[in-house]
Amino acid sequence: MARITLDHLAHAYKANPRTAEDYALKEINHVWSQGGAYALLGPSGCGKTTLLNIISGLVRPTRGRVLFDDLDVTDLSTEARNIAQVFQFPVVYDTMTVRENLAFPLKNRNVPRDRTARRVEEIAGLLDLTRVLDRKASNLTADMKQKISLGRGLVRPDVAAILFDEPLTVIDPHLKWQLRSTLKEIHRALDITMIYVTHDQTEALTFADKVVVMHDGAVVQTGIPEELFERPTHTFVGHFIGSPGMNILPCRVEGTTAFIGSTMISLKRAYRTLSDGEHIELGIRPEFVRLQPKGAGLPVQVRRIDDIGRTRIARVEMNGRPLAASIPDDISIEGSEASLVLDPNHVHIYANGHLVAGEATGGHAA
Amino acid sequence: MTKTLNNRAWFFVLPVFAIVAFSAILPLMTVVNYSVQDTFGNNQFFWNGIGWFQELLDPSSQLGEQFLSSLMRTLLFSAIILLIQVPLGIAVALSMPREGWPVALCLVLMALPLLIPWNVVGTIWQVFARGDIGLLGWTVNSLGIDYNYTGDPIDAWVTIIVMDVWHWTSLVALLCYAGLKSIPDAYYQAARIDGASRWAVFRTIQLPKMRRVLLIAVLLRFMDSFMIYTEPFVLTGGGPGNATTFLSIDLVKLALGQFDLGKAAAMSLVYNLIILAICWVFYTVMTNVDAERERVEA
Repeated sequence: MARITLDHLAHAYKANPRTAEDYALKEINHVWSQGGAYALLGPSGCGKTTLLNIISGLVRPTRGRVLFDDLDVTDLSTEARNIAQVFQFPVVYDTMTVRENLAFPLKNRNVPRDRTARRVEEIAGLLDLTRVLDRKASNLTADMKQKISLGRGLVRPDVAAILFDEPLTVIDPHLKWQLRSTLKEIHRALDITMIYVTHDQTEALTFADKVVVMHDGAVVQTGIPEELFERPTHTFVGHFIGSPGMNILPCRVEGTTAFIGSTMISLKRAYRTLSDGEHIELGIRPEFVRLQPKGAGLPVQVRRIDDIGRTRIARVEMNGRPLAASIPDDISIEGSEASLVLDPNHVHIYANGHLVAGEATGGHAA
Repeated sequence: MTKTLNNRAWFFVLPVFAIVAFSAILPLMTVVNYSVQDTFGNNQFFWNGIGWFQELLDPSSQLGEQFLSSLMRTLLFSAIILLIQVPLGIAVALSMPREGWPVALCLVLMALPLLIPWNVVGTIWQVFARGDIGLLGWTVNSLGIDYNYTGDPIDAWVTIIVMDVWHWTSLVALLCYAGLKSIPDAYYQAARIDGASRWAVFRTIQLPKMRRVLLIAVLLRFMDSFMIYTEPFVLTGGGPGNATTFLSIDLVKLALGQFDLGKAAAMSLVYNLIILAICWVFYTVMTNVDAERERVEA
């Protein structure tokens, strides 16, 4: 059980890194608190597996320190770290039974036999593996094998954190839900820190209490799922989370007004005059953009309407720029001319990709 | 599962049947034909029934005794070869580099002995091990060890075994290396997290993953060593005395030296059956381990 602190951590696979591009993982300061369920979310190649391997000790960071509570473990080997890791592809020891697999980490650590046996039974019960305990591990299904990998981590009573590296990649869709809820239950039952790496936002948002979004080797936002949805602090988060992602439009901002081309949009907050050198963008999620029959609001051309089950999403064009908007249930759109209404409470302004806070005003509606 | 029957398939396998018939079945039948006849030259043959086989398998006859001792020598040789080359090959594969330019260098160096024609291997070692001008023979002798592979049976055996180890261990090593390369990194990482020792990693990950290639390696090395002819023929000619007269050398002496076609044919057939039988045993035992595991699981 431990709090994990990443202190000025950075990693480059090349020797002698010079520029920021040389780093697979740019400097990170982060604290994973004891007992938290975290998701590390980001596209492939953003450095999340590197970060995970640094925490587990499989990779030694180029710079910075890793602390478990107050103990510096940067130079400790993996086996000395009390970390368990579940990999993308299930790892089981083919020649052993499920029971032997689960007992393996304890056997290697010279735990007395009767204590090992008791612990294995206990964990097998928790993971619903009791009825396969005496079968060979090699021919079980992928989800069973993943449970065994997880079980090998859980049997160690001293384990500080369990790291998951996209553990559901090879699991059948209908079993993913099951396995994920098993993980949640175990997290509740055992009070172990869990860090779950994934590129799937649904997995991340349903598993984690707190999501860490990574992009291009850096952490761009850490927060609870609602925060990521409602207040993305970076255009990448807005775009990556949500389906479809946030609408992001280049604009010009003067005080409480944003100009997208010739279209004026009133804002809830006042912004300092943003300098010319900065790349200013306006972001709003499709959920907060309503499509209306042609009339009041911003004139747009409707290109396509996607029925995604629960809601309908309109793909529209405003001054030649594509946007996604939601269509209220009671509205039907005829022809290609329509109007957009933006919810000003959910309009965000970004400078060079980062959220600009702005100052609260009394606020006038659009 | 439904099977699709199409008689046109026979048309496609017919050429293969024809080739196999000409290249294997016809010659084999010729041998079968010889094995039941006796000849006194002049292309005159007399029916001898299973006489040659009876004589061959009866250790009290001269032919039987000769056959049995050659067979024992060959079996001993194959056993020694397997016992040395398989563990050594695994050890070499385990210590080979995994990435970067040393891999290519290693592979090329190791493939070299495999590319040398067998009679050249024999010649190289024949010269190399000579006491007067051979680097190895001269060195060993000047270290004070009395070594002469043409005179001493033990020395002859040691020379042939070392030569074969030099020639063929890299085959085992390369096969094992291919097996090792197929193990994903995650296995090693998981083993580190589980605190497995080096030996446990070998026992629980590497060896099981190498089992299939090891089966191939054992079969190939057994067959090759059991049929070894060229290298010892060039190196020792079967001597000193009959010390290194393996079955193949014996057979050639009988067939081409003495022109005893009947005896030689009978011996070829028995020799062939022994190889088939032993390979079958190896194969069954090693694949049964797999089957056994799957049966337990089912």
